[in-house]
Amino acid sequence: MTTHPTPSLETSPLEQYRSHLSRGELAYQVDDHGRPLFYPRVVAPAGYEGELRWVASKGLGVVYAATVIAPKGEPAYNVVLVDMDEGFRLMSRVESIPPEQVRIGMRVKARIHPAEENDGPYPVFDPVDAA
Amino acid sequence: MKPTLRRGAAAIVGVAESDLGEVAAGMSVIDLMAQGAQRALADCGLGLADVDGVFAAAGQSRMPSTALCEYLQLTPRYQDCTMMGGSSFMTHVAHAQAAIEAGLCEVAVIAYGSTQRSAGRSNTAPREVNPYETPYRPVTPASAYALAASRHMHQYGTTREQLAQIAVAARGWALLNPAAWEKTPLTVEQVLGSRLVSSPLTVRDCCLVTDGGGALVMTSAERARTLRKPPTFVLGTGETISHQNISSMPDLTVTGAASSGAQAYAMAGLTSRDIDVVMVYDAFTITTLLFLEDLGFCPKGEGGRFVADGAIAPGGRLPVNTNGGGLSYCHPGMYGLFVLMEAVRQLRGECSARQVPGCETAIAHGNGGVLSSQSTVVLGNASTV
Repeated sequence: MTTHPTPSLETSPLEQYRSHLSRGELAYQVDDHGRPLFYPRVVAPAGYEGELRWVASKGLGVVYAATVIAPKGEPAYNVVLVDMDEGFRLMSRVESIPPEQVRIGMRVKARIHPAEENDGPYPVFDPVDAA
Repeated sequence: MKPTLRRGAAAIVGVAESDLGEVAAGMSVIDLMAQGAQRALADCGLGLADVDGVFAAAGQSRMPSTALCEYLQLTPRYQDCTMMGGSSFMTHVAHAQAAIEAGLCEVAVIAYGSTQRSAGRSNTAPREVNPYETPYRPVTPASAYALAASRHMHQYGTTREQLAQIAVAARGWALLNPAAWEKTPLTVEQVLGSRLVSSPLTVRDCCLVTDGGGALVMTSAERARTLRKPPTFVLGTGETISHQNISSMPDLTVTGAASSGAQAYAMAGLTSRDIDVVMVYDAFTITTLLFLEDLGFCPKGEGGRFVADGAIAPGGRLPVNTNGGGLSYCHPGMYGLFVLMEAVRQLRGECSARQVPGCETAIAHGNGGVLSSQSTVVLGNASTV
């Protein structure tokens, strides 16, 4: 019996994630039971079962934690963790309001920030009221 | 699960800092490790010829045990450079005990060195890129701890003033420690009024950026009893890894210390009520608060109220971080070794002005990454074994 090598993946999880973003979707992965997973991975981690597949998020979530950074001579900005309605969490930024007005518990909606310099496209958020 | 190491079977017998603060230009991390090793061996009356186990970790050295062995011309039977950030050294203690119990080595040196102040942070701690976090420009690692603080404040009503009290308490202890970097008193107002690094944390909520290093010497309980200084017995150890990046931490108000501490207490047969001196890795004010809660010194969510009246300052109800901590004594980047060192000195009664009277038990808790790895060691003097 001959054994055949498993074919290599053609795209990385990161490239697939970014290609969803380029199409306007914030995508995450789920396992066979629909359990949500973020950041995207090649294989299901412990506690998950089966093959991972991609799902597009509805883009709605709640700010879980928030901090504001004010570098010398540059505009202040915030960094947040957002708990998405589908049950996964990601780091992001809330835009369209002053950074110090971002509150934990705030409803937010994702928007895709275009690729720039070293970064691919990435999701940012706006308060739902302001969207 | 039953602990597999034997309570009190190994002991820390020698401790020493290398040069600290801002070291001479051109000093390497291995210079500092070797200096610490020589001093720690002298502390217990052993020499390089006795060493047959070498443990080391350093942010600036990829193969630190190899480098230290070359430098000191050691050919140990056993070596280990487990790297999980600032908690690595607590895990080295557990690994050294396992190796000693298994007969793989008898005298172990655990060493650390850093020149992050003299060589510059950007040269010594290259940023790791994470495509899911880096685009948002968090100030690493401060913003991760700031996010945890924001969540704790939201969930439990913890205040900025309460966090500031932790920095003030650390400074109070540092003023009793001649080796401490900071030499002047600090007030809550000064903490709140200093430069904001990542809200709610100001620069006074953040650990120092210093050079420094040092070493511990460990051996079997039997041999420990024949050496110069009173042995500090390892009563319990435990470790947990809960995540690597802050966006993957399950609950930002509960750290892996809840688990690593429980393991260490179980092996020691002790609870938080039995502990005389509490040494926890204070990378930021919020870390002290989280570890006081997770190691059982106050209920979850009560950390802010617990520290508010100076409870952990000199003269308070609970002696915490009596060397002045990473906040005011010394913080070369992976501070865990110094946490252990102070616990040993308190148990030996060597702490002069800051000595906690009648100290028989201590907990030394290490933190690595962004609350990522937690490793706890419960220590005791001869009265506990």
